[in-house]
Amino acid sequence: MAVEKLFKDEATEEKGERARMASFVGAMAIADLVKTTLGPKGMDKILQSTGRGHSVTVTNDGATILKSLHIDNPAAKVLIDISKVQDDEVGDGTTSVVVLAGELLREAEKLVGSKIHPMTIISGYRMAADCARRALLDRVKDNKDDADKFRSDLMRIAMTTLSSKILSQDKEHFAKLAVDAVMRLKGSTNLESIQIIKKAGGSLKDSFLDEGFILDKKIGLGQPKRIENANILVANTAMDTDKVKIYGARVRVDSMAKVAQIEGAEKEKMREKVQKIIGHGINCFVNRQLIYNFPEELFADAGILAIEHADFDGIERLALVTGGEIASTFDNPESVKLGHCKLIEEIMIGEDKLIHFSGVEMGQACTIVLRGASFHVLDEAERSLHDALCVLSQTVNDSRVLLGGGWPEMVMAKAVDELARKTPGKKSHAIEAFSRALIAIPTTIADNAGLDSAELVAQLRAEHHKEDSNAGIDVITGSVGDMSELGISEAFKVKQAVLLSATEAAEMILRVDEIITCAPRRREDRM
Amino acid sequence: MALAFDEYGRPFIILREQESKSRLRGLDAQKANIAAGVAVSRILRTSLGPKGMDKMLQSPDGDITITNDGATILEQMDVDNQIGKLMVELSRSQDYEIGDGTTGVVVLAGALLQQSEKLLERGIHPIRVAEGFEISSRIAVDHLEKIAHKFDFSATNIEPLVQTCMTTLSSKIVNRCKRSLAEIAVKSVMAVADLERKDVNLDLIKVEGKVGGKLEDTELIYGIVVDKDMSHPQMPKQIEDAKIAILTCPFEPPKPKTKHKVDIDTVEKFQTLRKQEQKYFDDMVQRCKDVGATLVICQWGFDDEANHLLMHRNLPAVRWVGGVELELIAIATGGRIVPRFQELTTEKLGKAGLVREKAFGTTKDRMLYIEHCANSKAVTVFIRGGNKMMIEETKRSIHDALCVARNLIRNNSIVYGGGAAEISCSIAVETAADKYPGVEQYAIRAFADALDSVPMALAENSGLQPIETLSAVKAQQIKESNHCCGIDCNDTGTNNMREQNVFETLIGKQQQILLATQVVKMILKIDDVISPADY
Repeated sequence: MAVEKLFKDEATEEKGERARMASFVGAMAIADLVKTTLGPKGMDKILQSTGRGHSVTVTNDGATILKSLHIDNPAAKVLIDISKVQDDEVGDGTTSVVVLAGELLREAEKLVGSKIHPMTIISGYRMAADCARRALLDRVKDNKDDADKFRSDLMRIAMTTLSSKILSQDKEHFAKLAVDAVMRLKGSTNLESIQIIKKAGGSLKDSFLDEGFILDKKIGLGQPKRIENANILVANTAMDTDKVKIYGARVRVDSMAKVAQIEGAEKEKMREKVQKIIGHGINCFVNRQLIYNFPEELFADAGILAIEHADFDGIERLALVTGGEIASTFDNPESVKLGHCKLIEEIMIGEDKLIHFSGVEMGQACTIVLRGASFHVLDEAERSLHDALCVLSQTVNDSRVLLGGGWPEMVMAKAVDELARKTPGKKSHAIEAFSRALIAIPTTIADNAGLDSAELVAQLRAEHHKEDSNAGIDVITGSVGDMSELGISEAFKVKQAVLLSATEAAEMILRVDEIITCAPRRREDRM
Repeated sequence: MALAFDEYGRPFIILREQESKSRLRGLDAQKANIAAGVAVSRILRTSLGPKGMDKMLQSPDGDITITNDGATILEQMDVDNQIGKLMVELSRSQDYEIGDGTTGVVVLAGALLQQSEKLLERGIHPIRVAEGFEISSRIAVDHLEKIAHKFDFSATNIEPLVQTCMTTLSSKIVNRCKRSLAEIAVKSVMAVADLERKDVNLDLIKVEGKVGGKLEDTELIYGIVVDKDMSHPQMPKQIEDAKIAILTCPFEPPKPKTKHKVDIDTVEKFQTLRKQEQKYFDDMVQRCKDVGATLVICQWGFDDEANHLLMHRNLPAVRWVGGVELELIAIATGGRIVPRFQELTTEKLGKAGLVREKAFGTTKDRMLYIEHCANSKAVTVFIRGGNKMMIEETKRSIHDALCVARNLIRNNSIVYGGGAAEISCSIAVETAADKYPGVEQYAIRAFADALDSVPMALAENSGLQPIETLSAVKAQQIKESNHCCGIDCNDTGTNNMREQNVFETLIGKQQQILLATQVVKMILKIDDVISPADY
């Protein structure tokens, strides 16, 4: 007797082969979607949001594309998730990880078709991933001890990362920017101290790295525009009206005169506060919150530069850079640490006025000002630069470096192929499939560049048959070239993360034999 | 349906609006219920064992869960059928009581239902079937007691515990590093266990996850990890020999519970109020400083002004710490939770050897580690993994492993896994059946058949010939009178579970049999299903 209704209305259930097919198809569709953006000759995507204004984003950053998609297929969501994690963790390789996972699943589909149990495939993939990782470890280079070489490694990595982005025209310029910025951090991965300011106008080449700190704010009216040897007080305090914080307090008066008195008291209070602040011996005051006209006027009278409404990040960064502390009470001027910098001035970038702090105490922070023709270009440039900065900061910590241009994939594929030959049993098919999936990455790079991928990959393979080959795909000339001569490098950490997360995701999807979708929650129709 | 009439000939209304209600009675009701129960168990059947497959569940909001934990699957499945809900409850109660074997219990219940359907078709009364099942479950549980082994472990020799946890973990997606995870689970349980009283308070073990890194980076921290950072970005990131004030009162002016109003009508009042307010903040911070605290952990938030004062007096602070975490911190550091500033004294401060803030990845995630606590009774398992689903699944797996380790500390008897215990019980029940005259005999035999279905499912999922394998193992058990023979799921070449080190806890197995029997009895006793009409 069949059960009529086990689940709630609209809940669906897919079993066995069908479930597996559904997840394979979904995952591969996602992989194919981002596949064309891979490599230096990859294409961009236009994303149009459904929200108000239908804002448009042009990008070839895998994570950004996937983040903006509305996906219903559960397996596809797994892939989007790994791409997001890759972005958070190492910052780059977000497309590669999805493409690799997609290829792994594509191979797995064939194996399942020839009656190999998913569990066997998984154990094969695991062995292969482990072997591939070891193969990479054998070939990494570590130039941490040699400062010059390390720097050139970083330059190469930055250039490789940037070459697939919109910045590829000026990649040397931007690579230098990124490396300089990251070197200033001295090993910390805290990218907060690198500030990126976008200003439309000019060309990408006009972008520059500033050693000081730039705050995107205007200087208050009637206040000095240029201060030398500034003492800065960074604060987070209410400069509108100081509210009474005791619970339940309220003002209750019976005549207009009293209102005036209390208003006077309030003003007096504010004046006192401003006096206290001035008493710190400062000539620049930066507040996170609003500064009303009255205190602003007081500051102007005292010849102090007052900047209001710096957002929280700006405040934190400024405090970090100038070495001051963020103050909220002003009763003990002697013990509050003030920030210092040599020069504060108003500068013009394009048509906007900005405040520039130069000669700051802490050398860690810096600002990159991006210039570009349109907002889309700037947004994409920021994403690209962010990728490069992430990769570089991770590389500074883990200085192991690999060659790029499909070289790591070929090295891994070779090692995995050898493992397949040595492994008895059905697993060897899965291991073989793993190496095919790895080779799909250089194939895609070549395809995207409009080259004859079959020919190139075959040549590459032959080249890699020799010991210690440095061969990879040279997209520019369209042939197989020596990657170490061409100076194409990638960070080991990124490649390792790609390999491991892609395998993990493929494994997860393979293990599923049933998909149960709950009825979608009803939303109020607001239209 | 017969109607009762009163003296005026009007019918008594027994069931309001009965035309609009659907109703199933008698054998039909039982069969419908059985079919529903079996359908639920069939979904879980493929998830059983080390080679079991996972299920992908999409929640109403579109979030994805991938798991093979029975309880989780059933809970998220959105079951509408009443009997289906009973099965969900069954799995949940196994989860609460034992923590592991949530799939097995549903599979067993499903098999029992299938068997009982056959008996009902032969015309055996459901109550007799239920009684037969009851007798056999008692036989099975007694038999388990007999074949159980005591095994020894101590604080220094945790190897047997690790082995048992590995059996639990081997069916999960994390089986790649089951060894290290099992060790983590056992070590954390041992850290909080009270070996004298044989009790473990699992609340003391916190399982925290953060996306990123790899599974191998999962670690056990003898201390607490809080997903918070210092309230002020410039407070020190590392504090050694911290003395912690644990507060549940906010750094804010008092808010009396009774309704009140403070009226300001003169300038003087305005000024005094302001002075008081400032003094209040100052006093609070001073109070903390006076008792010698070097770190303040607060359940509530505090004002910017208080924040700066704390920073100013060099007193790092953490705000918005959850209640449970606060309690854990209090336990770990041996401090007392202080609800009012006036009650803060030096004795009430908690102590920790090291408190540090750690950043992860390229985003601004930071967590606070509180380590080397005075009283290291609280530990944290910190999970890293490729993506959110992986972390969630690992959390569930670790939870299962923790429960197993706890059960072993409570009762150190084990039975052999891989279906060995079920096969052995099945043999025992089968032989006992002949001693019972009457209809129950059939029910008892059916129970034995149902027990066989667990190893059968294991064999099926492992890609073996189910009937062939099962009969071979059964024959071997009888011939060698060896209770350790089970299904060789991992293809290691031996089906002696003792050699393969596949153990399960005795209480877990007993509970499975008892719970499954109870639910089946309950379902069998239903002979009338009245459900409201669709509206």
